[in-house]
Amino acid sequence: MKQQIPRILVFIFGIFLIFQFFVPHESSEWVFEYLLDWNIIIGVFALAVGIWSLFKVHVEKIRTHKVGWQYSYITLGALLSMLIFGFTSRNGDEWGWFFVFWLSAVMVLLMIIQAMAAKGNTLMSVILAGAFAVIAVIIGAADNAWAFHFQTAEPLQATMFRRSFDFVLISIHATMFSLLAFFIASAAYRAFRARNVMATLLLLSALIVMSRFNPYLEPIFGEYLARTSNWLMNVPNLAAQRAIVMGVGLGIVATALKVILGIERGYMGKG
Amino acid sequence: MNIFDRLMQIDRRWVFLFLVILCVIAYVADFQIPILIEPEVESIFTFIDTLPKGSVVFIPMDYDPGSMAELHPMTYAIVEQCWRKEIKVLITALSQNGPGMADQALRDIADSMLVPKTYNGVSYPAREVVNGVDYVFLGYKPYPALVILAMGQDFRLPFPLDYYGTPVDSLPMMRGLHNYNDLACAINISGTNATDYWISYGQGRFGFPLAIGVTGVSTAQYYPYLGSGQIFGIMGGMLGGAEYEELADNPGNAKDAMRVQLFAHLVIIAFVIMGNIGFFATVRKRKRQQREGR
Repeated sequence: MKQQIPRILVFIFGIFLIFQFFVPHESSEWVFEYLLDWNIIIGVFALAVGIWSLFKVHVEKIRTHKVGWQYSYITLGALLSMLIFGFTSRNGDEWGWFFVFWLSAVMVLLMIIQAMAAKGNTLMSVILAGAFAVIAVIIGAADNAWAFHFQTAEPLQATMFRRSFDFVLISIHATMFSLLAFFIASAAYRAFRARNVMATLLLLSALIVMSRFNPYLEPIFGEYLARTSNWLMNVPNLAAQRAIVMGVGLGIVATALKVILGIERGYMGKG
Repeated sequence: MNIFDRLMQIDRRWVFLFLVILCVIAYVADFQIPILIEPEVESIFTFIDTLPKGSVVFIPMDYDPGSMAELHPMTYAIVEQCWRKEIKVLITALSQNGPGMADQALRDIADSMLVPKTYNGVSYPAREVVNGVDYVFLGYKPYPALVILAMGQDFRLPFPLDYYGTPVDSLPMMRGLHNYNDLACAINISGTNATDYWISYGQGRFGFPLAIGVTGVSTAQYYPYLGSGQIFGIMGGMLGGAEYEELADNPGNAKDAMRVQLFAHLVIIAFVIMGNIGFFATVRKRKRQQREGR
């Protein structure tokens, strides 16, 4: 039964949505709109499951002292911090006790993690978690300088949420992406060797395409460099990409049919 | 170990060091490199430039901070061009960190609009852009393919409220704006595979004019769609942004960063050539030793 009900649901919804795509009738569109709402609801549940899974994985990492376990505290602390920043905003220009509240809330989480990960006595962690929770609740109830907003988008414009995004997340992502340039340079130096005909073709194509943007080479090569580069992009590249796209498309159709017909059951955790 | 062996085995830290030195020099140096305009970028600029006032351009900003260096300049140049020409802009962000990127871009460009500017010989007065009148930012919803399909029926289906929590029906710009049929075009700026969804589920099903701005590494894979006419333009990476800035006469971060990219490419080409010189010399030496050994 555990196997059959999901397979029947996948078959019914899969077949229906295939036909719905080609039927622009009002009633078919109404059902599609209705299913979209389901989709968002399921997505929200998936998010909750994802957060719980992340929490468990990191607590386990701390408990077993796996390599880099210390960073798990930062991951979970940052997760809670962004949740707090995303649900709170200031009422005026004053911060009040907001940062004490935030620190207390983070400490509650860390003490809970400590209690879950500890192998011996957990009493002290539980007492501290309770104490910090009391502090957080008192500040949350009494401080009027800021407030929680669960049903509005107001906190998305709040200072801490924006600053965390603008000055922390953007910097982290940009740094990680910037490092790629160094690895690409090193990899290109090691990999682009004219060992055989195919490797030579790859090397020459890469050099031509990289150089086509170089305005200082234009006086030397005239428009031949740009023309050759455009030809490489528009003929061999286009032909290869088309073949890949069509192959991938057919593969997606085949896989989707296998899922709908119950041949492929990987989504249930079984092959 | 002779010089050719050394050329083949340069420690990667030397590669990194050369790259850093040249990038820093290129960044601090004050010179502009000439930008060659490609037709696939010019077609996007011309399309927007010839739109009448009051048209609506849809810009899905589906990128995260990791690709902002390449994609943010395109957004800045296009949105400012639209607002200066009094073209309205509808925005969504279908990647998880996209709303933050879009929000930041809108704030910056709105500030830039408070200063009078002259682009391509035309003077534009300063003006304040108003949310709901000059632009609407719908925000983020999960599952891009389904959201794209739903917007084909009505933008209100996936987005009854805008990003700021205002009911979409109460925004003046959204009056008479229901689905893709009411747009002049869509320009998807994306650092994810959302572009595939926009081409397959958006343009493929609803047939609206679509152009794309993608990262440099993804550019090649979208050329087939340009050839087939499914998209009318591509901006590829930093260069695409720089070309757009050049066309819009609005130099920004992309034109500046092209200096750095050009020098980085030159370093890479130089190291590839050095590696190959070493490789050929070593192969030749080995062959000669084999002949002599016989």
